[in-house]
Amino acid sequence: MTATLDTSTSGTDTVAANRVRRGRRRRGIIAVLVVLVAAAFAASLMFGKTFYPPSDVMRVILGEDVPGASFTVGTLRIPRTVLAVVAGICFGLGGVTFQTMLRNPLASPDIIGISSGASAAAAFAIIVLSLGGSQVSAVAIVAGLAVAVLIYALSFRNGVAGTRLILIGIGIAAMLDSLTSYLLSTAATWDLQETTRWLTGSLNGTTWTATVPVLVALAVFGPVLLGQTRNLSMLQLGDDTAQALGVRVERTRIVLIIAAVGLIAFATAAAGPIAFVAFLSGPIAARIVGPGTSLVVPAALVGALLVLVADFCGQYAFGTRYPVGVVTGVLGAPYLVYLIIRSNRSGGSL
Amino acid sequence: MTVTQPDSTSGALTTGRPTFGRLLWLLVLAGVLVALTVMSVVIGSRDVEWSDILAALGGSTDNIGQGAVAKRIPRTVLALLVGAALGLAGAVMQGVTRNPLADPGILGVNMGASLAVVVGMAYFGLWTQTSMIWVAILGAGIAALFVYTVGSLGRGGATPLKLALSGAATSAAFASFITAVVLPRNDIAGSVRSWQIGGVGGASFDAVGQALPFLAVGFVVSLLSARSLNSLALGDEVAAGLGERVAIARGIAALGAVLLCGAATAIAGPIAFVGLVVPHLCRMLIGVDNRWLLPFSALTGAALLTAADILGRIVARPSEIDVGIITALIGAPFFIYIVRRQKIREL
Amino acid sequence: MTAAHTLVVEDLELGYGGRTVVESLDLVVPPAKITCIVGANACGKSTLLRSMSRLLAPRSGHVLLDGKDVHRLPAKQLARTLGLLPQSPIAPEGIVVADLVGRGRHPHQRVLSRWSREDDAAVADALAATHTTELAERHVDELSGGQRQRVWIAMALAQQTDVLLLDEPTTFLDVSHQIEVLDLLTDLNRSRGTTIVMVLHDLNLAARYADYLVAIAAGDVYAAGDPSDVLTTETVRAVFGLDSHVISDPVSGKPLMLPLGRHHVAEGATV
Repeated sequence: MTATLDTSTSGTDTVAANRVRRGRRRRGIIAVLVVLVAAAFAASLMFGKTFYPPSDVMRVILGEDVPGASFTVGTLRIPRTVLAVVAGICFGLGGVTFQTMLRNPLASPDIIGISSGASAAAAFAIIVLSLGGSQVSAVAIVAGLAVAVLIYALSFRNGVAGTRLILIGIGIAAMLDSLTSYLLSTAATWDLQETTRWLTGSLNGTTWTATVPVLVALAVFGPVLLGQTRNLSMLQLGDDTAQALGVRVERTRIVLIIAAVGLIAFATAAAGPIAFVAFLSGPIAARIVGPGTSLVVPAALVGALLVLVADFCGQYAFGTRYPVGVVTGVLGAPYLVYLIIRSNRSGGSL
Repeated sequence: MTVTQPDSTSGALTTGRPTFGRLLWLLVLAGVLVALTVMSVVIGSRDVEWSDILAALGGSTDNIGQGAVAKRIPRTVLALLVGAALGLAGAVMQGVTRNPLADPGILGVNMGASLAVVVGMAYFGLWTQTSMIWVAILGAGIAALFVYTVGSLGRGGATPLKLALSGAATSAAFASFITAVVLPRNDIAGSVRSWQIGGVGGASFDAVGQALPFLAVGFVVSLLSARSLNSLALGDEVAAGLGERVAIARGIAALGAVLLCGAATAIAGPIAFVGLVVPHLCRMLIGVDNRWLLPFSALTGAALLTAADILGRIVARPSEIDVGIITALIGAPFFIYIVRRQKIREL
Repeated sequence: MTAAHTLVVEDLELGYGGRTVVESLDLVVPPAKITCIVGANACGKSTLLRSMSRLLAPRSGHVLLDGKDVHRLPAKQLARTLGLLPQSPIAPEGIVVADLVGRGRHPHQRVLSRWSREDDAAVADALAATHTTELAERHVDELSGGQRQRVWIAMALAQQTDVLLLDEPTTFLDVSHQIEVLDLLTDLNRSRGTTIVMVLHDLNLAARYADYLVAIAAGDVYAAGDPSDVLTTETVRAVFGLDSHVISDPVSGKPLMLPLGRHHVAEGATV
């Protein structure tokens, strides 16, 4: 091998210096995002119909019994806010993984039917099978994986073409959404709140039991995904180039899909398919951090921030209490249209 | 209209498809329609004695059975009309956009109509059928224009993929807006919800009567566009070379489709995939000549929707499944089948 | 200098679905030389290259790198010795040149390893060798066709492989950029002894730049060897179905193929 490569040239210094500079900028932005998420988290605990000062909040977290705060903060706000962060991270990670792997921002799991599948399965489990808790999550993840396999199989013809996959995903999503509508219409109590939860996502009435499975999913699938970050970046270069660089493409893809679907399914089983968070986190992260670098961690943070802010606004910013999914839906859908316009105009690869 | 020999283009489209075959299919279709119409009145989520059925047809509603049958009659009429409207609109849309995936549901036209209706109900206190229909048509037209404009930006114009995507995105946007509008309004929430799934269950002759003029105009305008759609199918430049005024012809045909979709959605809610599936089925049977395809699509659409409605009433006895769900469950796999069949280049 | 590796194709059969594209093909790639593969469209030359780099598993037969079956070697290990630049590589939107070239270091990095001095040196070296150092901080989307192709070659170089396969590296480039890229590859071969195998569609450029020319027809090697032995009127007729004159190129001394069509053929110039 070329063991005689000179590592002391000025060329090497320049390359190293630039790389470090880019990395530093990126880390700075991520730090800012973390601070924002923490601030939003704290604000969600303190503010609301009643304001509780940080000291009260801390005491409730530490287990003390504070009149008023223990219920509002401890039973209502903390589980809800924790789920907001965790679900946001899960959706952000799941979305950016699919978008990067399939090299297309429109190939997000909530557009190509995976969220719809998890949601339909969860609704089915709850309404028809009368299951609860972690059983619902289990059904959701199986359904999510089944949909992913189905889409992959249906769009496979000497390889997977992006355009065909997206179209088939849209078709499957439409089918599953109507299935969910039907299931909801047969539910014993026709409750609009419950409907919106399963069709667009809601954090109302979150309990600790609902939150725990998602935490577990994040603890299991999160590290798997983070470990594959480099391989994911390689996949961006195209299957052939990635393989030429030593990536086991098929195996990597399977691992990525399982991890991403796992995260999305568990989060959907707890909070419903919070509209567009999976889809938006990646592109927003790209605008903040700049494209060309790994978007995995930024997207997770953006996802958490989106859900936190949207849920807070949904509760207090308007006259009515809107579930988080409606807020993200109303904001996200126009952004989707904007993306399509921008992409069409620049002759982008759709 | 066309200045050159009227048969030069139509000849090219009709070679190999003997008229005899088409007439045969027409007869079959007519027979199927009659059978379905009868079945729709006779079968339902509740079993009714023959004597009651005949009595109800005569106009009496003395007992529950007769009452049920009496409700089925306008329902059947509605299913036939809406099905025909959607089938025809789909065929026209596929011709106007030269896009095998065009469908009022996929292109967001239904959602546009729905949003307009919901906004009208919530903020403008519109309750009469006629005003709702006007509003729905307006919404359908705006949505169609928007989706088409967004889809035709950039290289390649309005390719099937770009149209489908802009349709899906616009539908999603409108769906979110609909939810946002309806959520705080418990007064209209219930009726909006059940209407939104898309069903012909709440039909009455009154509603049908209100929609009839709009549907009639829509049918006439669309059917008269058959010849220009044949020219448009050859491409804008070729059509212009044959003397067709492309923009006007397209506009008129689109107007017909929008009228049909708007009126249909206003009285039956958004029903997807009928406009997609029906023209493809008809093309397989009788070819691509729009002078045959359009009327066939109307008749097949009527048959399909009626069959779906009957299915919805039988499958989940004693309750029913709304027809919009059945068409989605059957239509989506068909949509996927079409996507798979197309070569990548065409998409 | 790089180590010399032997790359041997033995009795290879390749196909997609029901189609057989390559049948019982044998080829010995001369180490430390430039080999060009030519042939008509769909004759199997790209398929062959893909199989040599492990992208396509053979139905039967072997591809042996230093005597070991390429399809049995661990992916990363192979990627440290044999690199491939495929026909249409995809550059992620907004990526900076230095980043893209840096991706070529992947085979040398472990999952948790950080960037080392060697990695930076390899990138700097690759940039210098392809004369793209000034472009290092630019966005790849802003570059011209020739510049972009040089950057891709830089990425393949950063991989520091002794064998480099390239699938039609000059296809979408205009002629000045084609020469630029081919001269660069020749530099590499002469200065580092990198074994280069490339599929080219331009017969004359292939004959000029190749040390070893391979002509593929109907899924098998029709002729292989020194360009002046391989590029003959008979070969052109057999492989491309075209009548031609083959003369000695006054610029390079290598064979030059002059096609004979139905028009614009001077008196007395027919075969």
